[in-house]
Order: sequence, then C-alpha cells, then structure tokens
Amino acid sequence: MSTTDYKALAWNGLWKNNPALVQLLGLCPLLAVSGTVINAAGLGLATLFVLMGSNLAVSLIRHHVADHLRLPAFVMIIAAFTTCVELLMQAYAYSLFQVLGLFIPLIVTNCAILGRADGFARKNTPLPALADGLWMGLGFMAVLLVLGGVRELIGLGTLLDGAHLLFGEAARDWTIQVAPDSYPGVLIAILPPGAFILLGFMIAAKQAWDIRAKQRTTIDVVAGSKRVRVTGDVAR
Amino acid sequence: MIHRPSPHRRRARSTQDVMRDVLLALVPGTLVMLWLYGPGVLTNLLLTLIAGVATEAAVMRLRGRAVKPPLRDLSALVASALIGLSLPPLAPFWIPLLAGVLAIGLGKQLFGGLGHNPFNPAMVAYAVLLISFPVAMTTTWVSPTRVPDLLATLGHQFGGADGWSGATPLDRYKDLATRLTQSEIAQDPLFNAGLVMPWALLALAWALGGAFLIWRRATFWHAPAGLILGILLPAGVFGYDGDQFVPASMHLLTGATVFAAFFIVTDPVSGATSPRGRLAFGFGAGVLTWVIRTYGGYPDAIAFAVLLMNLAAPMLDQFTRPRVYGHDAARKGPVLEKRS
Repeated sequence: MSTTDYKALAWNGLWKNNPALVQLLGLCPLLAVSGTVINAAGLGLATLFVLMGSNLAVSLIRHHVADHLRLPAFVMIIAAFTTCVELLMQAYAYSLFQVLGLFIPLIVTNCAILGRADGFARKNTPLPALADGLWMGLGFMAVLLVLGGVRELIGLGTLLDGAHLLFGEAARDWTIQVAPDSYPGVLIAILPPGAFILLGFMIAAKQAWDIRAKQRTTIDVVAGSKRVRVTGDVAR
Repeated sequence: MIHRPSPHRRRARSTQDVMRDVLLALVPGTLVMLWLYGPGVLTNLLLTLIAGVATEAAVMRLRGRAVKPPLRDLSALVASALIGLSLPPLAPFWIPLLAGVLAIGLGKQLFGGLGHNPFNPAMVAYAVLLISFPVAMTTTWVSPTRVPDLLATLGHQFGGADGWSGATPLDRYKDLATRLTQSEIAQDPLFNAGLVMPWALLALAWALGGAFLIWRRATFWHAPAGLILGILLPAGVFGYDGDQFVPASMHLLTGATVFAAFFIVTDPVSGATSPRGRLAFGFGAGVLTWVIRTYGGYPDAIAFAVLLMNLAAPMLDQFTRPRVYGHDAARKGPVLEKRS
C-alpha cells in the first residue's frame, strides 16, 4: 500500500471535492435544516459522526463482504450509526432532536455518506478511510454552517439563535442580535426556496474563485513566436 | 401598397418597438391608478424603475457585457414598471427598491438576461416579496374612498406613519363573507360606491391599454382570453353564491385580473408560444388564480398562478405544436429527435 497523502484528503473534503458544493450530495437535509447556525451545526455534527463511523467500519470489513452484497451491507452499517446518533441526541440534546426531527433518521439516505463508503472506504485501509470521513464530514458541516449563518442573518437578523439547544442552558444568551430590532426579517431566506437560491450563490462563488485561482497560476505564453506582437491584443 | 415582388414579409419589429408599445399601453391604467390610490403609485414606479435599470446595468457590467444595448431595448423598464404597478401604493420605500433589484437581478439576469428567463421577472419579484414581507405587502393598500395626499403617502413610505392603509377588496370580501351576506357586505365602507365600481374603471383602463397592444400586434388575444375565461368559469360555476364566495364580477374587475391578462400572461419569453398553447397557458393561470384566491391565504393569486404556469409553458408548447404546411396533421408530443 502506498503512503496516503492526508493533505490531499483534507483539500479534497473541504474544497476540491466538497460533498455539498461539488458533488451536490445530501442536499435534502442541507437545504431543509440550515435555517439557523445551531440547527446546521447539530445536523453537521451528526453527519460527521455517521460518516467517520461508517467509513471506518466499511474499511474494516472490506475484504469480507461479497461484491454484489456490498451496498445492502453498507446501508446497514450507516443505519446502525445513524441510530446511535439518534439515540445519543435523544439522550443529551433532546430539544435539538425535536427541532431536527425526521432529518436525523434521514441521514441514512444521505448519498454523501454512501458515496464515500462505496467510493473511498471500501478501497482503502482504515486510517485513510477515517481521515476521509473526517474531512468530508467537516466539508459538509462547513457548508451547512455558512449556509445556516447567511440564512439566519438575512432571515432573522441574528446569529446563534437557540444556542442552548446544542450547548445546554448556559448558552441561552449566546444569541447575537446583529440587525436592529426594527429589522423586518426576510422570511424567504428561512424558507426552502431561499436555501436553494443561497446555495446556488455559494456554488457560483466557489466556481468563480476556482476560475480566478486557475487564471492566476497559469502564465501567459505566446506559443511558438519569439517576436514581439505590436498589433491586436498584445500579450501581457 | 405592395411595391415589391414576393415574399411580402414585413420586417420583424424590434424588441425596442414592442417594449415602447407596452410602456405606452401602461399609461391609461397608471393614470387611473394615480387617481384611485394617490401619489404612492408614482413613487413606487419611480423607485422600481431606478432600481431595475441600475441592477440591469450593474449585472451587465459584472458579466463583462456591453451595458448600453440591453438598456436601450427598454425591456428592463417594462419589467420594472410591471412590478412597480403591482405593489401596494403605501408600501415602505425599500419594497419598491428591492422589487426592482429582484425582478431584474433574480428574475431575469440570473438566468441569462432577456429571452432566457423561464419565469416572469415581475411575478418572481412579487412572489419573493409577498412571501418575505407578508405584513408590508398586504396591509399597505389604499381604499379609493380615502385617497392620501402626497405628504401622507411619503409619511407612509419613508416614515413609520400609519392611518391610511387598508386591505384590498378581494381580501375584505373574503374576510366579511365568513359572517355576512352579500347585501350586508355591500354596506361596508370599502364598497361605498358599489362592489366593483371604482376598480371597474381601472380594469377598463388596463383593457384599453391591452386593446392598443393587440391592435399594434405587440401581443395576441389568446392568453388574455384564456386567463379571463379561466377565472370566470370556476367563479361562475362554483361561486354563484355571493354569500359564501367572491362573486365573478369582483374576480374579474378587482384585483389584478385585467392587468395580468394583458400585461403579465402575455409575456412572450416566459409564456407559451403556440396559439393554442397561449390559450391553455392563460386558462391554466386563470383557474389556478381562482383556486388560490378562494382557498389560499394571500389577497391575490396572480403571481403564484403565473409562476406555476410558467413551469408548464414548455410542455404546453410541445403538445400544441401547430400543423406544419404540407403535413396533414400536427405532430403531438415531445420532440424526440436530437436538436442540432
């Protein structure tokens, strides 16, 4: 086994192959639950946990599962971890569990998780698989947090509203009132259409950034010609 | 007189010509609105036009295109004017500003500019605003029986003043019909001059503009006829009982019905293009409007109905393709062959 490039794994998960911005997987929970930062963080953490657990487990059993049976087996593993998360949330963050509701059990159907299990974990040793799960989960969570933050800011004019759902009673007054009280609140940002529109803007921004970065690194070379051009577009 | 040999094909009219006709056709209705609702109509129009044109120019710059041609074809002005005229006359000033930005930015330019938008830009902006700011968008209408002067209007739009605003006739009727009979509702101060009187004049003015458009061949009669039929049919069949449902005459003459018939569902970009398709497009929008007006929670339903029908327009076109000259029958169904 060749050595794994952990840096590349991180870069892949967070930016280059981000599950939400590039693979566009797991959009259902992403769009439905990112109404506030706290909801987004709750779902992001749950997904991260399931992703790491399932990647590790799939990698461990990769030599023992017949090829044609692998998908049911992976789904069973993911479902097991999702059930763990669900029970843990019921035990330690029950009010957040009530807010997120159906979207916690729905993590089972999150294609990003099954995609990593089938696309990466079953071909790699446990440690890289775990790292891949970590970075992919963090990438997913980062998008969730940014989307949740923007939506909460536009829709309610606050940040970290309802922090006590995730961090306990001590965090009740963490809420930051960004906009003045008279701010009417753009309701559409909190509703599903707003999530689609804002995610579209985020994807567009990422692509624009990538194109600009590519342009910056490529050096303009006038192919074949040694003479200086004086007409038309002069090469920079 | 024809001076040349065939083909006697006249030059296609430019976008600018058509758009200028639409702007002209909006004038009579705008004047009546000004008389009915006061100066708020003009400030709304002014603010949306400024915001719309500025957005168009800004986005064209951002996309690295020439700024002038899209401004010269007047399409940005038309879209902004349409949304400006749809807004409640006492809405706070940031509503019309936002409306212009949303109509041109979100409704039109995000999809690639003129000719590429799948949805009617004005209705996209209206729907977004109505969903986002239900209070500011539904409680800032004016009763034609009490028209605010310029100072009161500006107080509403730029300050926090209140005291002139009210509900729309459709909304009012629906609310009263839950407990009163039709003859009792007619006693309501909003309906002093009869159930439809002041608004009938406005509807007539829009129809005048619409007739001008059809005479100038800037649009066709199919979509308007479809919309009006689509509203009147269910309103007449199910809504004959004026004690429970809004009567058909109010559906036709109040609200945005006539305005939408001639200026919204006739949008050549987001609507259907075949003649029968246009008829079906208007009819569908009409039926949906009646359904949403009757069973929905918003004061008017044109925007949602038109947006829903915009989604269906490409399919309508595929199933209503006209017969090609030389073929016995029109071909139905989706185009399966690969387009070049």
